[in-house]
Amino acid sequence: MNYIPVTEKDKEEMLKKSGVADIDELLALQIPENLRAKKLNIPEGISEQSLLKLFSSYADKNRANLICFRGAGIYDHFIPSVVDEIIGRSEFWTAYTPYQAEASQGTLQAIFEYQSMICELTGLDTSNASLYDGATAVAEAVLLALRVSKKNKVIISSALNPEYIKVVKTYTSKLENIELIEIDIDEKTGSILKETLTSKITEDVAAVVVQSPNFFGIVEDMDLLSQITKQNNSLFISVVNLASLGILQAPGQYNADIAVGEGQVFGNSMYMGGSTFGFMAVKKALEWKMPGRIVGKTVDKNGKEGFVLTLQSREQHIRREKATSNICTNAALNSFAGCVYMAYLGKTGIENLSKINISKARYAFDLVSKIDGFSPVFKNALFFNEFVVKTTKDVKKLEEKLLENNILGPLPLEQINKKYKNCLMFAVTEKRTKQEIDNLVEILKQI
Amino acid sequence: MEKILNEINSNRQEEIINCDVPLNYEIDKKYQRTSVINIPDLCESTLTRHFTALSRKNFALSNTFYPLGSCTMKYNPIVNEKIAKFSSFSNIHPYQPEETLQGCFEVMYELEKALCEISGMSAFTLQPAAGAHGEYTGLLIISNYFKAKGEKRTKIIVPDSAHGTNPASAALAGFEIISLKSEPDGTLSAQRLSEILTKDVAAIMMTVPNTLGIFEKQISEISEIMHKNGSLMYYDGANLNAVMGIVRPADIGFDVMHINLHKTFSTPHGGGGPGSGPVGVKEFLKDFLPAPRIIKAENKFKVDFGNEKYSIGQMKAFLGNFPVILKACAYVKALGGKGLKQASEQAVLNANYLLNLLKGKIKVATGKTCMHEFVLSSKGYLGQDVKTLDVAKRLLDYGYYAPTIYFPLIVEEAMMIEPTETESKQLLDEFANVLIKIIDESNNTPEVVKAAPVNTPVTRLNEVQAARKPKLRW
Repeated sequence: MNYIPVTEKDKEEMLKKSGVADIDELLALQIPENLRAKKLNIPEGISEQSLLKLFSSYADKNRANLICFRGAGIYDHFIPSVVDEIIGRSEFWTAYTPYQAEASQGTLQAIFEYQSMICELTGLDTSNASLYDGATAVAEAVLLALRVSKKNKVIISSALNPEYIKVVKTYTSKLENIELIEIDIDEKTGSILKETLTSKITEDVAAVVVQSPNFFGIVEDMDLLSQITKQNNSLFISVVNLASLGILQAPGQYNADIAVGEGQVFGNSMYMGGSTFGFMAVKKALEWKMPGRIVGKTVDKNGKEGFVLTLQSREQHIRREKATSNICTNAALNSFAGCVYMAYLGKTGIENLSKINISKARYAFDLVSKIDGFSPVFKNALFFNEFVVKTTKDVKKLEEKLLENNILGPLPLEQINKKYKNCLMFAVTEKRTKQEIDNLVEILKQI
Repeated sequence: MEKILNEINSNRQEEIINCDVPLNYEIDKKYQRTSVINIPDLCESTLTRHFTALSRKNFALSNTFYPLGSCTMKYNPIVNEKIAKFSSFSNIHPYQPEETLQGCFEVMYELEKALCEISGMSAFTLQPAAGAHGEYTGLLIISNYFKAKGEKRTKIIVPDSAHGTNPASAALAGFEIISLKSEPDGTLSAQRLSEILTKDVAAIMMTVPNTLGIFEKQISEISEIMHKNGSLMYYDGANLNAVMGIVRPADIGFDVMHINLHKTFSTPHGGGGPGSGPVGVKEFLKDFLPAPRIIKAENKFKVDFGNEKYSIGQMKAFLGNFPVILKACAYVKALGGKGLKQASEQAVLNANYLLNLLKGKIKVATGKTCMHEFVLSSKGYLGQDVKTLDVAKRLLDYGYYAPTIYFPLIVEEAMMIEPTETESKQLLDEFANVLIKIIDESNNTPEVVKAAPVNTPVTRLNEVQAARKPKLRW
């Protein structure tokens, strides 16, 4: 297959019109002969039927559709059928970036609605159209803070998702004199103590980055941490889980300047971690400094309302090296899935989602922590849909045993950080049924 | 206008998710949300109608031709979408044990192998999420390479015809940008390059064929001058669709490159992403690639966490945009080596044919022939006061998406056209006729062209007002 709709006869006419006898003659007008490539060593193409067979055989080498109790940044949430149906409309997925506004009102209005709902959930003023993922969204937020404040230090919580920390390090690695300061969580409560932040924060700190619920699932005292940050005239960057915002404080409530995070939880399949989307919302004052595309509402020549990409003088196609970011293509279709998901759930659905996640996680936590050989790592901590338990059992065996039962068990934290030997992190979303949780507990008991 | 979501009144009764454990969500008041979420509860039928109505307001590849230069809007094969929907690919957690991910890893490995063969590079990272993200990755690799060599090189040369992301990515990677002026025909001159080349230049970023659709005639000389200076060559793969199986970037002197899978390898644009921008390097730069990557060892695929000392680190969470990688891999398998070359050849022929249909009717900015795209300049060919923008908008009235306009910046009133190989001769004939008709209209009835578009859901929008009084949410 090559998807070329030109017949041999057409080709002859086209060559003739182009004034050449064959394609090589045409190419020779442009490319010196000595630069031409040898024949590609890639096997012959195959038919659609064979292609489906081949990719089915790859798919069969995976173990997918497991009953998932693993999170750590990517979560197995329920995706309503409506989401895939809508984003599967080819008018959306085969469209280009909406630069020609009059021909792209569908995509533009959807982005406007997405931005509005992200603002509603985060309690902040302005959202962009999306970034690549949660990790790059945090990195872009850090760059934004450095740009605006002209200060050179950034404090980041060590309980920020480790993948995000790595990406922030990469993104800041070539900036001169920038210092990233990691602050540790209290090992007892799993959250950042007031004293820790107070002792590290100084005048030259551009921003403080805190994730809540943090990597270990613990809800941080964002009010307090934000307050300390503000007293120091630094920006507060809040990394949040959208699925928790139906019940947990909105970043705007504790005066965050920037809220960012991973959008996969809203309507996107896990796909081994990507593609997903990153969201970013900011206070009005930071609007012009924000990276990425933004859609605005305006009117046409006849006064009819419509939508355009706006504040474009921030962007690289206008400002080149002086742009707020180099981002161009982002994650439009993924954020559109998020848009349809939010619209489908509505206010009530989002609140229920949060309530059910916390309820199921608590149900599982109560049962798991009662099993012999399992004990909670963080005491009296408020968690959302993830919790950490230490075990005396063989972690490797436990994982294998669960896999035999088609269960993707909790994440062995040692895999991420050697400090957490024998610690297991469970994620329990609304998708896990009581029966699945009970079954998990029974198997854990038997190990 | 279709109502905005929050203006729609409907009610939903049914539960979307139910809870089969006791509800237990009490939390300390200080952690509780207090603000109301102003998102309506809509019933499914209302919601479906809303988004279906929005979809009708989009031009898309599935309903029209996109002559967008530099964007390679080629057909997105349906079978690839079907494959990407297999739940054995989609319903997979990134932290599953390696032995349960062998299928995904094999797909990634297979694509990397094919990209190496097409480009001549030794290794690729599939982690970058878009072209600009790939550029940034490539520039960080260049930066770390010189750091490891103990050389202080702080500058990147970017031609004035380059995509805006080039200088923006170089700036983000901490480099100073030196602009290289292109020749009247849009190409770069080795002579002019050597005049501005200094010892602290790390690399030149080039798009080949360039953004005017012209192959760089002096590429061998440029490569020689750069390498003699100890500098590297970066290949922006935006125009790779012109040269698959015809020229390999590594063979003609490039050391680092990125590829846009959402251009050359047929994965859909999705209204602006997700994309994927794999970065390829020659052997001597392999250690600098970001981590993690998939490697093959003893007939198993595994995650390699890279060379800790030299690797630039991680560019995004996890391994990359897997569904995009998957679709690109399916595309390569479907076409095969021969098909990929045919695709590029036809892309070049389609562009030249269209160029010849338009010759004499409008000014061609460069040369008699082109590679996979060409640039027109409407200056002097349009009626009084009619601009390229007006022509672009008028094309929408005739049902076509507009070409890329006012780019490259070095051509006045530019119109950049890339038909791709997946359009028929009949379509190209029709499109050329419409464009010629619009040029005539601009002379005979300029007011019609200036008033365009009128057949779209909205007429020309007030962008100045949008930026001056931003209304960015409900």
